[in-house]
Amino acid sequence: MVSSIVIIGGGQAGAQAIDTLRREGFTGRLVLVCDEPELPYQRPPLSKKFLSAELAADRLLFRHRTFYDEHRVELMLGVKAERLDTSRRRVDLSDGVTLTYDKLLLCLGAVARRITCEGADLVGVHYLRNLADVAPIRAAFKPGARAVVIGGGYIGLESAATARKMGCEVTVLEMADRVMNRVVAPCVSQYFAQEHRSHGINLLCDVRVAGIEGRHRVEHVVCADGTRHPADVVIVGVGAIANTELAEKAGLRSDNGIWVDEYCRTSDADVYAAGDCTNHPSLRYGRRVRLESVDNAFEQSKAAALNILGRATVHDRVPWFWSDQYDNKMLIVGLTQDHDSQVVRGDPQARSFSVCYLKGHELLAVEAVNHSKDYMAARKLIADRAVMDPARLADLNVALKDAV
Amino acid sequence: MAKIIFIQPDGARREIDAPIGTTVMETAVQNQVHGIVALCGGACACATCHVYIGAAWLAKVGPREDMEQGMLEAAWEPRENSRLSCQIHVTAALDGLEVTVPERQGV
Repeated sequence: MVSSIVIIGGGQAGAQAIDTLRREGFTGRLVLVCDEPELPYQRPPLSKKFLSAELAADRLLFRHRTFYDEHRVELMLGVKAERLDTSRRRVDLSDGVTLTYDKLLLCLGAVARRITCEGADLVGVHYLRNLADVAPIRAAFKPGARAVVIGGGYIGLESAATARKMGCEVTVLEMADRVMNRVVAPCVSQYFAQEHRSHGINLLCDVRVAGIEGRHRVEHVVCADGTRHPADVVIVGVGAIANTELAEKAGLRSDNGIWVDEYCRTSDADVYAAGDCTNHPSLRYGRRVRLESVDNAFEQSKAAALNILGRATVHDRVPWFWSDQYDNKMLIVGLTQDHDSQVVRGDPQARSFSVCYLKGHELLAVEAVNHSKDYMAARKLIADRAVMDPARLADLNVALKDAV
Repeated sequence: MAKIIFIQPDGARREIDAPIGTTVMETAVQNQVHGIVALCGGACACATCHVYIGAAWLAKVGPREDMEQGMLEAAWEPRENSRLSCQIHVTAALDGLEVTVPERQGV
């Protein structure tokens, strides 16, 4: 019988697991360990409305403190899990406490990928991943401040848009030939590049950062071609890496994420994992994936909690993602890898369009820019493995849901 | 504060005091109103905070915007009085608002 469960990590997955475990009747000891001092909070607004101070910190919280008290959750916040001994089912914490568990759930998330060029650790160079990262960035985003953003992915572009809104002079440096190149179609990259430029951002692609210069703090970002960009503040957004350190040291199988099966089980029978830290099978796409997705963290952790309670539940979902930049909302559903054709519905000039990814005639993924109707239709179609009619798909008079 | 009344599909009612300036969705989530998931936290990206607005309140709540409209069309059992509760900001004028939670959320 399971009488004590320890969850490590207080992000979307960790918070959701608490909810599911208590809702489904688990009455035993429930401990949440998180190395951040705050109550579990939502991360997506950190680069958006929380950064611009439009959203107060207490509105980021998944639950207020009373919830944890009422649900008898032992919160161990600001404490790092340093060592995991799976043979004795023990976790050593940074404050000297040792916890024992019947079942352990790892919701360790991902950490920002660091750059290693000269000057990378100068004062004024920031990463944006945790709540604590926001205050110094927000303070630096003063009107007229020169902000240089390294990386034109989600975090880089969302931070750039927010910096601009807050009155900064913003330069974005992207290594690839287009922004968000790993996640969206060329026409979507082009649309967003145009949006950023029309808002006054100096957006440069095909540039490689060679180093960061400054005597006491950051002053310039220097590119490989010798160009120097004056900077009062630098934001680095060059991707994230699964946080597997604790699991690896404990001997759990890890390879680009903690290895779990469709029941969220790691290579140890009493240890489960969920969220951004996992490498898991996607049944829909027939391969292993590691996702950085709120939706995946939520669903996988719900499945993990049910499996821990002995209710066999397969995690099999089509993931979705979103990004807000200026007044644009991009909604993405599905995974594009293995597609062999794309169909664009609508005209980017009209500021509302979508890109459908097909393998043969099967719909794999949709990127919808300011087009929630196609996005919602696609969520169902992709999960159902719908076979599309490409001619009807390209016809805007036919709703996406009917283009089968 | 404004009083918001959440009605479950089986008719069970719950009155909750909602701080002015927050959203109906946040009020539901912080008070664990069953059936309001709100996965995206209010970004109008998931359609899991769908509610039906009480007939007397439709005019005061106001119309949907385009993005919300597109989300709701494909949500589970949309009706004329469907709204995403993350898009409804609590004001003094909404004191007494009645919303009904659908039997399920999502697509």
